[in-house]
Amino acid sequence: MTEEIIIAGFGGQGVLSMGKILAYSGIMQDQEVSWMPSYGPEMRGGTANVTVILSDDRISSPILTEYDSAIILNQQSMDKFEPMVKPGGLLLYDPNGITRHPERKDIKICKIEASKEAANMGLRKIFNMIVLGGYLKVKPLVEMENVIKGLKKSLPERYHHMIPDNEKAITRGLEIVEEVHAA
Amino acid sequence: MEKELRLMKGNEAFAEAAIRAGTDGYFGYPITPQSEVMEYLMAEKPHERTGMVVLQAESEVASINMLYGGAGCGKKVMTSSSSPGISLMQEGISYMAGAELPCVILNVVRGGPGLGTIQPSQSDYSQSTKGGGHGDYRLITLAPSSVQEMYDSVKLGYELAFKYRNPVLVLSDGAIGQMMEKVEIDAQVERLSEEQIREQHPWATLGRHNGRERNIITSLDLDPARQERHNEALQRKYKEVEEKEVRYEKINCDDADYIFVAYGTSARICQKSMQLAREKGIKVGLFRPITLFPFPKKELHEMAGQVKGILSVEMSAGQMIEDILLAVEGKVKVEHYGRMGGIIPAPGEVVDALEQKIVKG
Repeated sequence: MTEEIIIAGFGGQGVLSMGKILAYSGIMQDQEVSWMPSYGPEMRGGTANVTVILSDDRISSPILTEYDSAIILNQQSMDKFEPMVKPGGLLLYDPNGITRHPERKDIKICKIEASKEAANMGLRKIFNMIVLGGYLKVKPLVEMENVIKGLKKSLPERYHHMIPDNEKAITRGLEIVEEVHAA
Repeated sequence: MEKELRLMKGNEAFAEAAIRAGTDGYFGYPITPQSEVMEYLMAEKPHERTGMVVLQAESEVASINMLYGGAGCGKKVMTSSSSPGISLMQEGISYMAGAELPCVILNVVRGGPGLGTIQPSQSDYSQSTKGGGHGDYRLITLAPSSVQEMYDSVKLGYELAFKYRNPVLVLSDGAIGQMMEKVEIDAQVERLSEEQIREQHPWATLGRHNGRERNIITSLDLDPARQERHNEALQRKYKEVEEKEVRYEKINCDDADYIFVAYGTSARICQKSMQLAREKGIKVGLFRPITLFPFPKKELHEMAGQVKGILSVEMSAGQMIEDILLAVEGKVKVEHYGRMGGIIPAPGEVVDALEQKIVKG
Protein backbone atom coordinates (compact mmCIF):
# COMPACT_ATOMS: atom_id res chain seq x y z
CA MET A 1 0.00 0.00 0.00
CA THR A 2 1.20 3.48 -0.89
CA GLU A 3 -1.05 6.53 -0.55
CA GLU A 4 0.17 9.86 -1.89
CA ILE A 5 -1.79 12.74 -0.40
CA ILE A 6 -1.80 16.51 -0.86
CA ILE A 7 -3.44 18.65 1.83
CA ALA A 8 -3.86 22.28 0.77
CA GLY A 9 -5.54 25.39 2.10
CA PHE A 10 -4.83 28.72 3.77
CA GLY A 11 -2.00 29.21 6.25
CA GLY A 12 -3.55 28.96 9.73
CA GLN A 13 -6.14 26.32 8.85
CA GLY A 14 -4.01 23.61 10.38
CA VAL A 15 -3.00 22.06 7.06
CA LEU A 16 0.55 21.28 8.17
CA SER A 17 -0.49 19.91 11.57
CA MET A 18 -3.19 17.72 10.04
CA GLY A 19 -0.50 16.27 7.81
CA LYS A 20 1.79 15.78 10.75
CA ILE A 21 -0.86 13.93 12.77
CA LEU A 22 -1.65 11.73 9.77
CA ALA A 23 2.06 10.97 9.29
CA TYR A 24 2.55 10.21 12.98
CA SER A 25 -0.47 7.88 12.86
CA GLY A 26 1.26 6.06 10.01
CA ILE A 27 4.40 5.61 12.13
CA MET A 28 2.24 4.18 14.94
CA GLN A 29 1.00 1.65 12.40
CA ASP A 30 4.54 0.68 11.35
CA GLN A 31 4.29 2.45 8.01
CA GLU A 32 6.95 4.47 6.22
CA VAL A 33 5.94 8.12 6.06
CA SER A 34 7.03 11.42 4.59
CA TRP A 35 5.74 14.96 5.15
CA MET A 36 6.93 17.60 2.73
CA PRO A 37 5.62 21.14 3.22
CA SER A 38 5.71 24.07 0.90
CA TYR A 39 7.94 26.51 2.70
CA GLY A 40 9.13 30.02 2.18
CA PRO A 41 7.16 33.16 1.40
CA GLU A 42 3.92 31.19 0.93
CA MET A 43 4.13 30.12 4.56
CA ARG A 44 3.74 33.71 5.72
CA GLY A 45 0.00 33.98 5.04
CA GLY A 46 -1.52 32.88 1.79
CA THR A 47 -1.67 29.27 0.74
CA ALA A 48 -0.05 26.37 2.56
CA ASN A 49 0.22 22.80 1.43
CA VAL A 50 1.86 19.59 2.48
CA THR A 51 2.48 16.31 0.70
CA VAL A 52 2.05 13.30 2.98
CA ILE A 53 2.94 9.79 1.86
CA LEU A 54 2.08 6.64 3.81
CA SER A 55 3.51 3.40 2.52
CA ASP A 56 4.38 -0.17 3.43
CA ASP A 57 7.60 0.23 1.42
CA ARG A 58 10.50 2.65 1.33
CA ILE A 59 9.23 5.99 0.04
CA SER A 60 10.76 7.27 -3.18
CA SER A 61 10.10 10.89 -4.09
CA PRO A 62 8.60 13.01 -1.29
CA ILE A 63 7.69 15.60 -3.94
CA LEU A 64 5.03 14.72 -6.47
CA THR A 65 2.90 16.09 -9.29
CA GLU A 66 0.09 13.51 -9.09
CA TYR A 67 -1.78 12.40 -5.99
CA ASP A 68 -4.03 9.52 -4.89
CA SER A 69 -5.89 11.89 -2.57
CA ALA A 70 -6.31 15.66 -2.44
CA ILE A 71 -7.75 17.36 0.63
CA ILE A 72 -8.71 20.85 -0.51
CA LEU A 73 -9.60 23.69 1.82
CA ASN A 74 -9.67 26.81 -0.35
CA GLN A 75 -10.38 27.91 -3.92
CA GLN A 76 -6.75 28.53 -4.95
CA SER A 77 -5.87 24.99 -3.91
CA MET A 78 -8.90 23.62 -5.78
CA ASP A 79 -7.74 25.35 -8.96
CA LYS A 80 -4.20 24.09 -8.51
CA PHE A 81 -4.71 20.52 -7.32
CA GLU A 82 -7.97 19.25 -8.84
CA PRO A 83 -6.19 18.49 -12.13
CA MET A 84 -3.38 16.70 -10.27
CA VAL A 85 -5.51 13.92 -8.74
CA LYS A 86 -4.80 10.57 -10.39
CA PRO A 87 -7.73 9.09 -12.35
CA GLY A 88 -9.73 7.00 -9.89
CA GLY A 89 -8.31 9.03 -7.00
CA LEU A 90 -10.11 11.00 -4.31
CA LEU A 91 -10.81 14.69 -3.86
CA LEU A 92 -12.19 15.72 -0.46
CA TYR A 93 -13.11 19.36 0.08
CA ASP A 94 -14.80 21.76 2.41
CA PRO A 95 -17.29 23.81 0.37
CA ASN A 96 -16.85 26.83 2.67
CA GLY A 97 -15.47 29.64 0.48
CA ILE A 98 -15.46 27.49 -2.65
CA THR A 99 -16.90 29.32 -5.65
CA ARG A 100 -16.09 26.74 -8.31
CA HIS A 101 -16.87 23.21 -7.22
CA PRO A 102 -14.83 20.27 -8.55
CA GLU A 103 -15.88 19.13 -12.00
CA ARG A 104 -13.91 15.99 -12.76
CA LYS A 105 -15.89 12.85 -13.52
CA ASP A 106 -13.02 10.34 -13.34
CA ILE A 107 -12.32 10.74 -9.64
CA LYS A 108 -14.26 10.23 -6.44
CA ILE A 109 -15.41 13.52 -4.92
CA CYS A 110 -16.45 13.94 -1.29
CA LYS A 111 -17.31 17.02 0.68
CA ILE A 112 -17.25 17.83 4.35
CA GLU A 113 -18.81 20.92 5.93
CA ALA A 114 -16.01 21.08 8.47
CA SER A 115 -15.73 24.83 9.08
CA LYS A 116 -19.50 25.11 9.58
CA GLU A 117 -19.46 22.13 11.93
CA ALA A 118 -16.47 23.44 13.89
CA ALA A 119 -18.32 26.73 14.41
CA ASN A 120 -21.45 24.84 15.53
CA MET A 121 -19.41 22.84 18.00
CA GLY A 122 -17.79 26.03 19.27
CA LEU A 123 -14.39 24.50 18.52
CA ARG A 124 -13.02 26.40 15.53
CA LYS A 125 -9.44 25.32 16.29
CA ILE A 126 -10.16 21.65 15.66
CA PHE A 127 -11.60 22.27 12.19
CA ASN A 128 -8.70 20.34 10.71
CA MET A 129 -9.44 17.26 12.83
CA ILE A 130 -13.01 17.17 11.50
CA VAL A 131 -11.53 17.11 8.01
CA LEU A 132 -9.08 14.37 9.01
CA GLY A 133 -11.93 12.29 10.46
CA GLY A 134 -13.86 12.68 7.21
CA TYR A 135 -10.83 11.68 5.18
CA LEU A 136 -10.21 8.56 7.26
CA LYS A 137 -13.83 7.54 6.85
CA VAL A 138 -13.42 7.57 3.07
CA LYS A 139 -9.84 6.23 3.14
CA PRO A 140 -9.32 4.10 6.25
CA LEU A 141 -5.52 4.13 5.93
CA VAL A 142 -4.82 3.97 9.65
CA GLU A 143 -6.66 2.48 12.63
CA MET A 144 -8.38 5.00 14.85
CA GLU A 145 -6.34 3.91 17.90
CA ASN A 146 -3.17 4.74 15.97
CA VAL A 147 -4.59 8.16 15.05
CA ILE A 148 -5.09 8.89 18.74
CA LYS A 149 -1.54 7.70 19.46
CA GLY A 150 -0.31 9.88 16.60
CA LEU A 151 -2.20 12.84 18.00
CA LYS A 152 -0.56 12.34 21.39
CA LYS A 153 2.89 12.08 19.83
CA SER A 154 2.52 15.14 17.66
CA LEU A 155 0.93 17.50 20.19
CA PRO A 156 3.25 19.01 22.79
CA GLU A 157 2.26 17.89 26.29
CA ARG A 158 0.93 21.31 27.23
CA TYR A 159 -1.85 20.74 24.66
CA HIS A 160 -2.73 17.21 25.76
CA HIS A 161 -5.82 18.51 27.59
CA MET A 162 -7.22 19.23 24.11
CA ILE A 163 -7.01 15.61 22.99
CA PRO A 164 -10.63 14.78 23.96
CA ASP A 165 -11.88 17.69 21.81
CA ASN A 166 -9.71 16.51 18.95
CA GLU A 167 -11.11 13.00 19.28
CA LYS A 168 -14.63 14.39 19.29
CA ALA A 169 -13.84 16.36 16.14
CA ILE A 170 -12.44 13.31 14.35
CA THR A 171 -15.55 11.30 15.27
CA ARG A 172 -17.81 14.11 14.03
CA GLY A 173 -15.87 14.17 10.76
CA LEU A 174 -16.53 10.46 10.29
CA GLU A 175 -20.24 11.15 10.61
CA ILE A 176 -20.67 14.18 8.36
CA VAL A 177 -18.53 13.43 5.31
CA GLU A 178 -20.66 12.98 2.16
CA GLU A 179 -19.94 11.45 -1.20
CA VAL A 180 -20.76 13.85 -4.06
CA HIS A 181 -19.58 11.78 -6.97
CA ALA A 182 -18.31 8.20 -7.27
CA ALA A 183 -15.22 7.60 -9.41
CA MET B 1 16.16 -0.34 25.05
CA GLU B 2 13.15 -0.25 22.77
CA LYS B 3 13.97 1.77 19.72
CA GLU B 4 12.51 5.25 19.76
CA LEU B 5 10.82 6.46 16.58
CA ARG B 6 10.06 10.10 15.94
CA LEU B 7 8.65 12.15 13.08
CA MET B 8 11.19 14.90 12.50
CA LYS B 9 12.37 17.42 9.96
CA GLY B 10 15.82 16.78 8.51
CA ASN B 11 17.14 19.85 10.29
CA GLU B 12 15.68 18.76 13.63
CA ALA B 13 17.00 15.22 13.21
CA PHE B 14 20.49 16.63 12.60
CA ALA B 15 20.21 18.74 15.75
CA GLU B 16 19.01 15.85 17.93
CA ALA B 17 21.78 13.67 16.52
CA ALA B 18 24.27 16.37 17.45
CA ILE B 19 23.25 16.15 21.09
CA ARG B 20 23.15 12.33 21.03
CA ALA B 21 26.58 12.06 19.42
CA GLY B 22 28.17 13.82 22.39
CA THR B 23 28.90 17.12 20.65
CA ASP B 24 30.75 19.60 22.84
CA GLY B 25 29.84 22.75 20.96
CA TYR B 26 27.54 24.02 18.22
CA PHE B 27 28.23 27.49 16.82
CA GLY B 28 25.98 28.91 14.14
CA TYR B 29 24.09 31.78 12.62
CA PRO B 30 20.50 31.60 11.34
CA ILE B 31 19.67 31.31 7.65
CA THR B 32 16.75 29.74 5.77
CA PRO B 33 16.29 26.83 5.07
CA GLN B 34 18.51 25.63 7.90
CA SER B 35 17.36 27.69 10.88
CA GLU B 36 15.56 24.79 12.59
CA VAL B 37 18.92 23.28 13.53
CA MET B 38 19.75 26.05 15.98
CA GLU B 39 16.09 26.64 16.91
CA TYR B 40 15.79 22.99 17.93
CA LEU B 41 19.05 23.09 19.87
CA MET B 42 18.06 26.29 21.69
CA ALA B 43 14.68 24.79 22.64
CA GLU B 44 16.21 21.48 23.77
CA LYS B 45 18.73 23.21 26.06
CA PRO B 46 21.41 20.54 25.59
CA HIS B 47 23.60 22.21 28.24
CA GLU B 48 21.08 20.72 30.69
CA ARG B 49 21.14 17.30 29.00
CA THR B 50 24.84 16.78 28.28
CA GLY B 51 26.64 20.05 28.97
CA MET B 52 26.85 20.81 25.25
CA VAL B 53 27.36 24.47 24.38
CA VAL B 54 25.03 26.04 21.80
CA LEU B 55 25.95 29.54 20.73
CA GLN B 56 24.56 31.92 18.16
CA ALA B 57 27.68 33.65 16.90
CA GLU B 58 27.71 37.18 15.47
CA SER B 59 28.28 35.86 11.97
CA GLU B 60 29.21 32.75 10.01
CA VAL B 61 32.83 33.92 9.94
CA ALA B 62 32.82 33.97 13.73
CA SER B 63 31.14 30.57 14.04
CA ILE B 64 33.64 28.74 11.83
CA ASN B 65 36.52 30.29 13.80
CA MET B 66 34.88 29.14 17.04
CA LEU B 67 34.98 25.66 15.50
CA TYR B 68 38.69 26.14 14.85
CA GLY B 69 39.25 26.94 18.52
CA GLY B 70 37.09 24.12 19.83
CA ALA B 71 38.50 21.53 17.45
CA GLY B 72 42.04 22.60 18.35
CA CYS B 73 41.22 21.48 21.90
CA GLY B 74 40.10 18.09 20.59
CA LYS B 75 36.41 18.86 21.16
CA LYS B 76 33.56 17.61 19.01
CA VAL B 77 32.33 20.78 17.34
CA MET B 78 29.91 21.55 14.56
CA THR B 79 28.14 24.27 12.67
CA SER B 80 25.35 24.45 10.15
CA SER B 81 24.33 26.98 7.57
CA SER B 82 22.98 27.33 4.07
CA SER B 83 24.84 28.23 0.90
CA PRO B 84 25.59 31.98 1.34
CA GLY B 85 26.64 31.34 4.94
CA ILE B 86 28.87 28.43 3.91
CA SER B 87 30.56 30.71 1.36
CA LEU B 88 31.38 33.12 4.19
CA MET B 89 33.00 30.25 6.12
CA GLN B 90 35.36 29.17 3.35
CA GLU B 91 38.45 30.91 4.72
CA GLY B 92 37.98 29.23 8.10
CA ILE B 93 37.30 25.84 6.51
CA SER B 94 40.52 26.11 4.49
CA TYR B 95 42.42 26.93 7.70
CA MET B 96 40.89 23.92 9.44
CA ALA B 97 41.84 21.64 6.55
CA GLY B 98 45.39 23.08 6.68
CA ALA B 99 45.63 22.68 10.44
CA GLU B 100 44.05 19.20 10.18
CA LEU B 101 41.17 19.89 12.52
CA PRO B 102 38.12 17.63 12.76
CA CYS B 103 34.64 19.11 12.67
CA VAL B 104 31.22 18.55 11.11
CA ILE B 105 29.71 21.25 8.91
CA LEU B 106 26.15 21.01 7.57
CA ASN B 107 25.17 22.84 4.39
CA VAL B 108 21.41 22.85 3.77
CA VAL B 109 21.80 24.05 0.23
CA ARG B 110 19.58 26.75 -1.33
CA GLY B 111 19.67 28.10 -4.85
CA GLY B 112 22.39 30.58 -5.82
CA PRO B 113 24.49 32.35 -6.91
CA GLY B 114 24.54 35.20 -4.42
CA LEU B 115 21.56 35.36 -2.09
CA GLY B 116 19.70 33.41 -4.77
CA THR B 117 16.58 31.88 -3.28
CA ILE B 118 15.55 29.99 -0.15
CA GLN B 119 14.31 26.98 -2.14
CA PRO B 120 16.32 23.74 -2.42
CA SER B 121 19.21 23.31 -4.82
CA GLN B 122 22.33 21.19 -5.33
CA SER B 123 24.49 23.88 -6.89
CA ASP B 124 27.17 23.73 -4.17
CA TYR B 125 28.56 20.36 -5.29
CA SER B 126 31.79 21.75 -6.69
CA GLN B 127 32.36 24.04 -3.72
CA SER B 128 31.91 21.09 -1.35
CA THR B 129 33.92 18.43 -3.13
CA LYS B 130 36.75 20.39 -4.74
CA GLY B 131 37.86 22.37 -1.74
CA GLY B 132 35.80 25.54 -1.67
CA GLY B 133 38.39 27.78 -0.07
CA HIS B 134 42.00 28.34 -1.15
CA GLY B 135 44.75 25.74 -1.25
CA ASP B 136 45.00 22.07 -2.16
CA TYR B 137 42.55 20.44 0.19
CA ARG B 138 39.47 18.25 0.27
CA LEU B 139 36.51 17.91 2.59
CA ILE B 140 35.03 14.50 3.23
CA THR B 141 31.55 15.14 1.82
CA LEU B 142 28.48 13.13 2.84
CA ALA B 143 25.19 13.40 0.94
CA PRO B 144 22.18 12.23 2.98
CA SER B 145 19.01 11.54 1.00
CA SER B 146 16.57 10.93 3.84
CA VAL B 147 15.87 12.34 7.27
CA GLN B 148 17.30 9.16 8.84
CA GLU B 149 20.51 9.71 6.90
CA MET B 150 20.61 13.32 8.08
CA TYR B 151 20.51 11.93 11.62
CA ASP B 152 23.13 9.26 10.91
CA SER B 153 25.47 11.70 9.16
CA VAL B 154 26.41 13.32 12.48
CA LYS B 155 27.86 10.19 14.05
CA LEU B 156 29.48 9.05 10.82
CA GLY B 157 30.72 12.60 10.27
CA TYR B 158 32.54 12.70 13.62
CA GLU B 159 33.97 9.22 13.09
CA LEU B 160 35.53 10.22 9.79
CA ALA B 161 36.51 13.71 10.95
CA PHE B 162 38.49 12.36 13.89
CA LYS B 163 39.86 9.33 12.06
CA TYR B 164 41.40 11.55 9.39
CA ARG B 165 41.64 14.82 11.33
CA ASN B 166 39.75 16.60 8.58
CA PRO B 167 36.57 18.67 8.33
CA VAL B 168 33.52 16.70 7.18
CA LEU B 169 30.86 18.49 5.17
CA VAL B 170 27.30 17.17 5.16
CA LEU B 171 25.78 18.32 1.88
CA SER B 172 22.03 18.38 2.30
CA ASP B 173 19.44 20.63 0.68
CA GLY B 174 16.34 22.61 1.53
CA ALA B 175 13.98 19.75 0.75
CA ILE B 176 15.63 17.22 3.08
CA GLY B 177 16.08 19.90 5.73
CA GLN B 178 12.40 20.81 5.69
CA MET B 179 10.71 17.47 5.19
CA MET B 180 9.65 15.15 7.99
CA GLU B 181 10.21 11.42 8.01
CA LYS B 182 10.49 8.63 10.54
CA VAL B 183 13.74 8.68 12.49
CA GLU B 184 15.15 6.02 14.74
CA ILE B 185 16.82 7.73 17.68
CA ASP B 186 19.82 6.00 19.24
CA ALA B 187 21.28 6.07 22.72
CA GLN B 188 23.13 9.05 24.14
CA VAL B 189 26.90 9.00 23.59
CA GLU B 190 28.66 10.58 26.56
CA ARG B 191 30.78 13.66 25.90
CA LEU B 192 34.49 12.96 26.36
CA SER B 193 36.19 14.16 29.51
CA GLU B 194 39.42 16.16 29.19
CA GLU B 195 41.31 13.06 30.29
CA GLN B 196 39.70 11.01 27.52
CA ILE B 197 40.47 13.72 24.96
CA ARG B 198 44.15 13.74 26.03
CA GLU B 199 44.26 9.99 25.63
CA GLN B 200 42.36 9.71 22.34
CA HIS B 201 43.61 12.89 20.64
CA PRO B 202 47.19 13.44 21.79
CA TRP B 203 47.53 16.29 19.26
CA ALA B 204 44.92 18.44 21.03
CA THR B 205 45.98 21.65 22.74
CA LEU B 206 44.63 21.15 26.22
CA GLY B 207 47.70 22.42 28.06
CA ARG B 208 51.11 20.75 28.34
CA HIS B 209 51.01 17.59 30.32
CA ASN B 210 53.66 15.31 31.81
CA GLY B 211 56.47 17.30 30.24
CA ARG B 212 55.53 16.42 26.65
CA GLU B 213 56.46 18.61 23.66
CA ARG B 214 54.21 21.52 22.84
CA ASN B 215 51.29 20.75 20.52
CA ILE B 216 50.93 23.34 17.80
CA ILE B 217 47.76 23.84 15.81
CA THR B 218 48.42 26.01 12.78
CA SER B 219 48.00 26.14 9.03
CA LEU B 220 51.01 28.44 8.66
CA ASP B 221 54.51 27.25 7.85
CA LEU B 222 56.70 29.74 6.00
CA ASP B 223 59.40 27.18 5.19
CA PRO B 224 58.55 25.98 1.65
CA ALA B 225 60.21 22.58 2.11
CA ARG B 226 58.24 21.83 5.26
CA GLN B 227 55.08 23.27 3.73
CA GLU B 228 55.51 20.99 0.73
CA ARG B 229 55.96 17.97 2.99
CA HIS B 230 52.82 19.00 4.86
CA ASN B 231 50.92 19.23 1.55
CA GLU B 232 52.22 15.84 0.49
CA ALA B 233 51.02 14.35 3.76
CA LEU B 234 47.59 15.91 3.21
CA GLN B 235 47.42 14.45 -0.28
CA ARG B 236 48.36 10.99 1.04
CA LYS B 237 45.54 11.34 3.55
CA TYR B 238 43.02 12.26 0.84
CA LYS B 239 44.19 9.30 -1.19
CA GLU B 240 43.68 6.99 1.75
CA VAL B 241 40.19 8.44 2.19
CA GLU B 242 39.52 7.72 -1.50
CA GLU B 243 40.67 4.13 -1.04
CA LYS B 244 38.82 3.36 2.17
CA GLU B 245 35.78 5.53 2.63
CA VAL B 246 33.71 5.34 -0.56
CA ARG B 247 30.02 4.83 0.18
CA TYR B 248 27.19 4.42 -2.31
CA GLU B 249 23.91 2.62 -2.90
CA LYS B 250 22.76 0.78 -6.00
CA ILE B 251 19.05 0.22 -6.65
CA ASN B 252 17.84 -1.99 -9.52
CA CYS B 253 21.20 -1.74 -11.26
CA ASP B 254 21.67 -5.46 -11.95
CA ASP B 255 19.40 -5.69 -14.98
CA ALA B 256 19.59 -2.02 -15.95
CA ASP B 257 20.22 -0.77 -19.49
CA TYR B 258 20.57 2.77 -18.20
CA ILE B 259 21.36 4.36 -14.88
CA PHE B 260 20.55 7.56 -13.08
CA VAL B 261 23.35 8.93 -10.94
CA ALA B 262 21.93 11.19 -8.27
CA TYR B 263 22.40 12.09 -4.61
CA GLY B 264 20.26 13.79 -1.94
CA THR B 265 16.80 14.96 -2.98
CA SER B 266 17.49 14.18 -6.65
CA ALA B 267 18.13 10.56 -5.70
CA ARG B 268 14.68 10.43 -4.11
CA ILE B 269 13.08 11.92 -7.23
CA CYS B 270 14.99 9.42 -9.36
CA GLN B 271 13.65 6.47 -7.35
CA LYS B 272 10.17 7.50 -8.46
CA SER B 273 11.37 8.21 -12.01
CA MET B 274 12.86 4.72 -12.05
CA GLN B 275 9.46 3.19 -11.19
CA LEU B 276 7.75 5.29 -13.88
CA ALA B 277 10.37 4.41 -16.51
CA ARG B 278 10.18 0.69 -15.70
CA GLU B 279 6.39 0.83 -16.11
CA LYS B 280 7.12 2.08 -19.63
CA GLY B 281 9.55 -0.77 -20.22
CA ILE B 282 12.76 1.24 -19.86
CA LYS B 283 15.11 -0.68 -17.59
CA VAL B 284 16.80 1.97 -15.52
CA GLY B 285 18.59 1.73 -12.19
CA LEU B 286 19.81 4.25 -9.67
CA PHE B 287 23.40 4.70 -8.55
CA ARG B 288 23.44 6.92 -5.49
CA PRO B 289 26.76 8.25 -4.20
CA ILE B 290 26.57 8.65 -0.42
CA THR B 291 30.09 10.08 -0.23
CA LEU B 292 30.68 12.78 -2.86
CA PHE B 293 34.30 13.05 -1.82
CA PRO B 294 35.53 10.35 -2.00
CA PHE B 295 33.50 9.92 -5.20
CA PRO B 296 32.71 6.28 -6.11
CA LYS B 297 34.86 6.42 -9.26
CA LYS B 298 35.85 2.78 -9.48
CA GLU B 299 32.31 1.51 -8.96
CA LEU B 300 30.91 3.86 -11.62
CA HIS B 301 33.69 2.89 -14.00
CA GLU B 302 32.61 -0.73 -13.63
CA MET B 303 28.94 0.15 -14.10
CA ALA B 304 29.80 2.08 -17.25
CA GLY B 305 30.84 -1.12 -18.97
CA GLN B 306 27.46 -2.71 -18.26
CA VAL B 307 24.98 -0.01 -19.37
CA LYS B 308 24.10 1.92 -22.52
CA GLY B 309 23.92 5.35 -20.96
CA ILE B 310 24.05 7.38 -17.77
CA LEU B 311 21.90 10.37 -16.83
CA SER B 312 23.30 12.54 -14.07
CA VAL B 313 20.41 14.22 -12.25
CA GLU B 314 21.27 17.15 -10.01
CA MET B 315 19.47 20.39 -9.12
CA SER B 316 22.21 22.44 -10.75
CA ALA B 317 23.60 23.35 -14.16
CA GLY B 318 25.63 20.13 -14.04
CA GLN B 319 28.46 19.90 -11.53
CA MET B 320 28.63 16.23 -10.49
CA ILE B 321 28.63 15.20 -14.16
CA GLU B 322 32.30 16.24 -14.35
CA ASP B 323 33.20 13.57 -11.79
CA ILE B 324 31.07 10.99 -13.60
CA LEU B 325 32.79 11.78 -16.90
CA LEU B 326 36.19 11.36 -15.27
CA ALA B 327 35.08 8.07 -13.72
CA VAL B 328 33.64 6.46 -16.86
CA GLU B 329 36.51 7.60 -19.13
CA GLY B 330 34.34 7.83 -22.22
CA LYS B 331 33.13 4.23 -21.98
CA VAL B 332 29.49 5.28 -22.18
CA LYS B 333 27.36 8.29 -22.99
CA VAL B 334 26.75 10.60 -20.02
CA GLU B 335 24.31 13.51 -19.97
CA HIS B 336 23.08 15.90 -17.30
CA TYR B 337 19.53 16.83 -16.40
CA GLY B 338 18.68 19.36 -13.74
CA ARG B 339 16.64 22.35 -12.71
CA MET B 340 18.03 25.49 -11.16
CA GLY B 341 16.94 28.40 -9.02
CA GLY B 342 15.15 26.33 -6.40
CA ILE B 343 12.97 24.28 -8.76
CA ILE B 344 12.74 20.57 -7.91
CA PRO B 345 12.35 18.42 -11.02
CA ALA B 346 9.21 16.28 -11.17
CA PRO B 347 9.74 12.50 -11.46
CA GLY B 348 8.03 12.51 -14.88
CA GLU B 349 10.25 15.17 -16.39
CA VAL B 350 13.33 13.17 -15.39
CA VAL B 351 11.91 10.19 -17.31
CA ASP B 352 11.34 12.46 -20.35
CA ALA B 353 14.93 13.68 -20.08
CA LEU B 354 16.19 10.08 -19.93
CA GLU B 355 14.25 9.20 -23.06
CA GLN B 356 15.30 12.26 -25.02
CA LYS B 357 18.93 12.61 -23.97
CA ILE B 358 19.96 8.99 -23.50
CA VAL B 359 17.52 6.38 -24.84
CA LYS B 360 16.82 8.09 -28.17
CA GLY B 361 19.97 10.20 -28.30
